[in-house]
Amino acid sequence: MDLTHSALIVAVVALVMAALRFAPFFVFNSEETPPIIAYLSRVLPCAIMGMLVIYCLKGVSLVTFPHGIPEAIAIVFVALSYVWKRNTLASIALGTVLYMVLVQVVF
Amino acid sequence: MDKKAFKAAFPLTMPVFAGYLVLGMGFGILLSSKGYSFLWAFVMSLTIYGGSAQYVAVDLLSGGASLISTALLTFMVNARYLFYGVSMIEKYKHIGKIKPYLIFGLTDETYSLVCTTEPPEGVDRKKFFFYITILDQSYWLLGSVIGAIAGSTIAFNTEGVDFAMTALFVVIFIDQWLSHKDHRPAVIGLISTIICLVIFGAESFLIPAMIVISAALLIMRGTLSKEAM
Repeated sequence: MDLTHSALIVAVVALVMAALRFAPFFVFNSEETPPIIAYLSRVLPCAIMGMLVIYCLKGVSLVTFPHGIPEAIAIVFVALSYVWKRNTLASIALGTVLYMVLVQVVF
Repeated sequence: MDKKAFKAAFPLTMPVFAGYLVLGMGFGILLSSKGYSFLWAFVMSLTIYGGSAQYVAVDLLSGGASLISTALLTFMVNARYLFYGVSMIEKYKHIGKIKPYLIFGLTDETYSLVCTTEPPEGVDRKKFFFYITILDQSYWLLGSVIGAIAGSTIAFNTEGVDFAMTALFVVIFIDQWLSHKDHRPAVIGLISTIICLVIFGAESFLIPAMIVISAALLIMRGTLSKEAM
């Protein structure tokens, strides 16, 4: 682990986050949001979450054992339990425990 | 301390307390499973302060990502913060010296509290919003430090704990799917990323995916506005 590089990564993430939070207050003075910003604010979050789900699964190999089966089971569980109960924390916590059991004990 | 403002703010933050404690602990455990101490968790929760940003940062740290891809990924993952800012400009206009912290402290959850509430009659507005914001961040700090300490001291097999991040994004994805009528952006996000993953490989697909997603959404906007007008 390269501690200097790690510290730089943390600093960059912190700076970008601060920039994202403060930029609107410097850029826009009025309440009027430019249409393109309003449009992206509607559509970008859905697309980026789709991207992030795939990003999390980038290391999963479908051709070698266990063929992504633990991931598939746990994701289906998280999705269905969330649709059913709408409880974010329960779905994440139970889904993670389920996945840990699957990869540690079952597969 | 303004007790009146604190009493008005504190109960509102209780749901966030539960959420941040659990999600913060997840982050702390994940970070410590990569060999980083609780001090890292503390500093990250203090200076970055964002759930998805910090979960992704763990991945960037353990993979030794380049600073460029760190900046780009953080930007794309958290672009929604731009819109939180935009919608709080009017509300925080005359809030005074405390304004920079209130802006820094905008997260998904804090935003959802402050944008929907006004303090009760006779309660100091500045302090009311300040207490909500700082209470939420303390819950997050507490959770992440507890998680990091637990992860490094209690010996348990953490294999698979990374799935907490996947689960978090799956839940947000489903939530947005259910709350939007138009599912094309979500589908564009999934398909573009899968295609880029296949073409560019696991090490370098993310930036192409972000470019393709942005381009596709902007092209879609062109067709949408024609349809609408």
